[in-house]
Amino acid sequence: MAECGASGSGSSGDSLDKSITLPPDEIFRNLENAKRFAIDIGGSLTKLAYYSTVQHKVAKVRSFDHSGKDTEQDHEPPYEISVQEEVTARLHFVKFENTYIEACLDFIKDHLVNTETKVIQATGGGAYKFKDLIEEKLQLKVDKEDVMTCLIKGCNFVLKNIPHEAFVYQKDSDPEFRFQTNHPNIFPYLLVNIGSGVSIVKVETEDRFEWIGGSSIGGGTFWGLGALLTKTKKFDELLHLASRGQHTNVDMLVQDIYGGAHETLGLSGNLIASSFGKSATADQEFSKEDMAKSLLHMISNDIGQLACLYARLHCLDRVYFGGFFIRGHPVTMRTITYSINFFSKGEVQALFLRHEGYLGAIGAFLKGAEQDNPNQYSWGENYAGSSGLMSSSPELCPTQRARSGTFDLLEMDRLERPLVNLPLLLDPSSYVPDTVDLTDDALARKYWLTCFEEALDGVVKRAVASQPGSVDAAERAEKFRQKYWNKLQTLRHQPFAYGTLTVRSLLDTREHCLNEFNFPDPYSKVKQKDNGVALKCFQRVVSALDALDWEERQLALVKGLLAGNVFDWGAKAVSDVLESDPQFGFEEAKKKLQDNSGVDVILGVFPFVRELLSRGTEVILACNSGPALNDVTYSESLIVAERIAAMDPVIHSALREERLLLVQTGSSSPCLDLSRLDKGLAVLVREHGADLVVIEGMGRAVHTNYHAALCCESLKLAVIKNSWLAERLGGQLFSVIFKYEVPAE
Amino acid sequence: MGAGWLAAPMERHGRAAATSASSAREPVPGGPDGRRREPLRRRANSASAPAVGASASASPSASPSAEGVRRDRPGSYSGATSASRQRVESLKKKRPLFPWFGLDIGGTLVKLVYFEPKDITAEEEEEEVESLKSIRKYLTSNVAYGSTGIRDVHLELKDLTLCGRKGNLHFIRFPTHDMPAFIQMGRDKNFSSLHTVFCATGGGAYKFEQDFLTIGDLQLCKLDELDCLIKGILYIDSVGFNGRSQCYYFENPADCEKCQKLPFDLKNPYPLLLVNIGSGVSILAVYSKDNYKRVTGTSLGGGTFFGLCCLLTGCTTFEEALEMASRGDSTKVDKLVRDIYGGDYERFGLPGWAVASSFGNMMSKEKREAVSKEDLARATLITITNNIGSIARMCALNENINQVVFVGNFLRINTIAMRLLAYALDYWSKGQLKALFSEHEGWCDRMCRRDLNFPATFLLFFRPSLEPIPPHSLLSTSSPTGPSPSVTCPCSSSIALYVSSSLHSGIMLKCSRSPLLLITSFPRRWPRYCLLTR
Repeated sequence: MAECGASGSGSSGDSLDKSITLPPDEIFRNLENAKRFAIDIGGSLTKLAYYSTVQHKVAKVRSFDHSGKDTEQDHEPPYEISVQEEVTARLHFVKFENTYIEACLDFIKDHLVNTETKVIQATGGGAYKFKDLIEEKLQLKVDKEDVMTCLIKGCNFVLKNIPHEAFVYQKDSDPEFRFQTNHPNIFPYLLVNIGSGVSIVKVETEDRFEWIGGSSIGGGTFWGLGALLTKTKKFDELLHLASRGQHTNVDMLVQDIYGGAHETLGLSGNLIASSFGKSATADQEFSKEDMAKSLLHMISNDIGQLACLYARLHCLDRVYFGGFFIRGHPVTMRTITYSINFFSKGEVQALFLRHEGYLGAIGAFLKGAEQDNPNQYSWGENYAGSSGLMSSSPELCPTQRARSGTFDLLEMDRLERPLVNLPLLLDPSSYVPDTVDLTDDALARKYWLTCFEEALDGVVKRAVASQPGSVDAAERAEKFRQKYWNKLQTLRHQPFAYGTLTVRSLLDTREHCLNEFNFPDPYSKVKQKDNGVALKCFQRVVSALDALDWEERQLALVKGLLAGNVFDWGAKAVSDVLESDPQFGFEEAKKKLQDNSGVDVILGVFPFVRELLSRGTEVILACNSGPALNDVTYSESLIVAERIAAMDPVIHSALREERLLLVQTGSSSPCLDLSRLDKGLAVLVREHGADLVVIEGMGRAVHTNYHAALCCESLKLAVIKNSWLAERLGGQLFSVIFKYEVPAE
Repeated sequence: MGAGWLAAPMERHGRAAATSASSAREPVPGGPDGRRREPLRRRANSASAPAVGASASASPSASPSAEGVRRDRPGSYSGATSASRQRVESLKKKRPLFPWFGLDIGGTLVKLVYFEPKDITAEEEEEEVESLKSIRKYLTSNVAYGSTGIRDVHLELKDLTLCGRKGNLHFIRFPTHDMPAFIQMGRDKNFSSLHTVFCATGGGAYKFEQDFLTIGDLQLCKLDELDCLIKGILYIDSVGFNGRSQCYYFENPADCEKCQKLPFDLKNPYPLLLVNIGSGVSILAVYSKDNYKRVTGTSLGGGTFFGLCCLLTGCTTFEEALEMASRGDSTKVDKLVRDIYGGDYERFGLPGWAVASSFGNMMSKEKREAVSKEDLARATLITITNNIGSIARMCALNENINQVVFVGNFLRINTIAMRLLAYALDYWSKGQLKALFSEHEGWCDRMCRRDLNFPATFLLFFRPSLEPIPPHSLLSTSSPTGPSPSVTCPCSSSIALYVSSSLHSGIMLKCSRSPLLLITSFPRRWPRYCLLTR
């Protein structure tokens, strides 16, 4: 929410400190339904966590009762849509400076309606210090939780639930953050927490971890010794000094001893032989900057060295770094990474976490919420409600920081169903859903960001149009526009804000923003109309297909599958055509493809499925759990299947005999992450021994999964509906992707 | 720079992390050891001279990176010019030709030792070439050379017998930046015609080697510091200490009352982890007399302690820093586990007294104002020492070695650090590791020089030391004041001489058991001289 500080709903400032520039109701959101509080009070930052519920409007589809006359009237929609309120669970995390703690507690008290809450879980060094204040202000009993336990619980949680949580820091690349795809098995790993001291913990399972070592030379040493040496009081200022200093003035280097000969000796002259070795003199003054830099190097190197020694001893190659010494500071991430590379000779990777600052709060919250079994669910980062990485880093975005105050937010939605890997992935640990990494590819990034900006007006228009009865639709749509626009601007400057930037993440962010302003399914009406039209054509299409001989029919089926795919409201090229010429119909689309058939799912997918069924193949048809653009949702697919079954005996018997299974993917995105699929789908896939995967659509087969390697045969189908992408792939607009792959022996 | 030079990384600018990772690989494995030698060979081939056939072993790209490289004998000449090879041969066979020089080219100071023979016969005088005479005259008749060279007259050792020759030993020092002028002088005075060999050590031996060759036509005999260190520790252990074991350890190191030094019989010295704490720290895994590798090092060493103490307390000598540390209270400066958790942190089995954050209390302004310089010095010492102990322990575990010997200048007169190391190692390893110390702390590397294969010559070694060594810490005598009082070395078979003047003091140790002569001087930033001979 950091982005929308400027807009917003005036000041219900209440007792809040004036220095908080954000409207508080945009910081502590959903407080009225909040329960289960946890707080992590560190040396300078407080992290508050609470569990709340969000009321969302959702578009529900329901079959008409056809018990009466089954009259096919032209104007009648195939099913009815109703907008209902749905309650979903959400975790809120707010990070703010300790200075605001009193004001924030007052605000929370004033807005806290839920009286069930009796206890607040507290962790962090400041938990003790602020215990009385919290108990007095919130009238909640403070339950202290162990710092490391919380940290590790939090770490496991983010690693499991947030894709692209971990990243490596690469000094000279742009951007410097390289996100890692989540390893299917996060254990074992080493967590090096650099707070005032250093704790090195080996984490083996969800509940088993061991403190294997530590060091007293940590952030506190940098801060304390730095303050003594430079008379600079603040940690951030010390880092700033360090980033400007020349440590070679203070440290004794190898080249100071060996001269130019270090090169021929194969020694690196820049190696520090003795930290502060040059300062052993009374008659020389050293600059603050130089001393701070030398100190930073000394501490980072030492920590890196110890971390490597521990990693080696325990045979671990994944080392996550956290703690206030690291927290979003490029300077320390750089020196730690350098040191790890140096000492491990590249064998150990220094990994950092996007939500590192929240680990303690998340863990404390999870401890307190154990009876809700939060770990049984899958959670997803809500891009609309979360500030991105570095949102409060003064070095990176001073303007934004000024706008958002010092508040940083993270929101996690509880997903309805647990998500798991597709069992058919060849190598889950190396699977990367996205085809193009926009973080990496500056040209593609520029193009897509512009593309999404330009498409925004259309999306806003459609959102308003989808809710004709609503009085505030226009206002909400405008807020949506503002929010998504700001997100896009943030991503322009900080493409790393939410992990690896991809077309998928841009689409998902848009969905999250739409949901945020209660536009659950802007395309529901359109889909309803399309489905009605398509259903009417179904029998005609099917009989036409049946009339063809086998080979022609296969070709026609595939063309149908692809032609249906052209109708994708998300694709700007198509929507332009449709908007200018409402009469543009399926025939036109077919002409582009030089032939045949009906609207995506009904006239494309179902005939294809029907053909497979006729051959005796069992089919699992997986659709999105939630709405995304005009993609068919699982609930819509159920109705459609029901309607088709009524017309078509093949589908009818297949459904009855469970040779055709309709399931949900667990996704609400136009794209598909095969490492986060509905568990039910995964179970079916495994049970039925699926041996062919057909992935259809630009979002699922081109933007994502184009390179996905499966351990069974696969077919990836799409029509390139974007001229830029077509050009990039070396084809023309409306070219066809038809990628059949057989796994290598 | 002490033998404990070490490698800790520093960022190199303008290089991708990927490349830095690979370049970072260079200095660590096998340490500087093998590498140091290899390029030298290369250089000797290319630089000096046509005479040298391409030595088979000289492969320019070969960088011996395998860990635990076996090394050539230290001080051996590898592929020098045939002329210098002859000189070396002659060195080995008989007494070297005059002049006898020893050179330590440090980072800031060059220390030159010159032996002036006083027993020159008339015949010799007759034969003596003019240039040799002129060198002798120049060096012995002056006390200052140019604007910066100084002869430490007070350190001069008179009527010394060295390799069967009687003479005086002169100590001359000048700043390293005047090295080019010195080489030029060597050229002007035609040193090369004297067929002499310069024994040299220190980083400058490498830095200026090329200049010596090309400008002065002089071949340096460079000696490897780490080699000497290993040989030294093994040697002194073999000679024993006054009939007792050379190695010792501390029992009850944490308890002032009960703490006692007990001999440790290093019967099976291998494998052994040798932690040499000089300005920086080098850690070596020793598997046999000549099989060892440099495991790692840290830049947080004696230099860091002293450097930080200078900045924090304004002290000027190492002694002063240690003395302050002995009076300070580090718990005012450091944040202990109990400061955070109120007691032990049981979840992780951390005792309350353990330091959670070195200098952690200094984050608070009030506490910064409440500490004394002594407290800061103490905290610095504890921080550095604990860290060395911690890294040493991890290395021992990784290398699967359970004997850890700590040596190096940092530990001399530094009982606090030794006891702390002993305690930390014992505590954190739950008694699995033992910290061993050597009676001849800091002497090891010097003593070892005698073991070098130059029976007929002497080697001169001296290096600048950050810390002065008060004699009473080494020799159990009352503080000597006279000009040259004779004191008794703890080793009954040795004779130590304490040499002192109003400004400077030094020690000369003559051990009769092995013909060994050690000389050292103490003033701050003064070169410590050490001469070994057979």
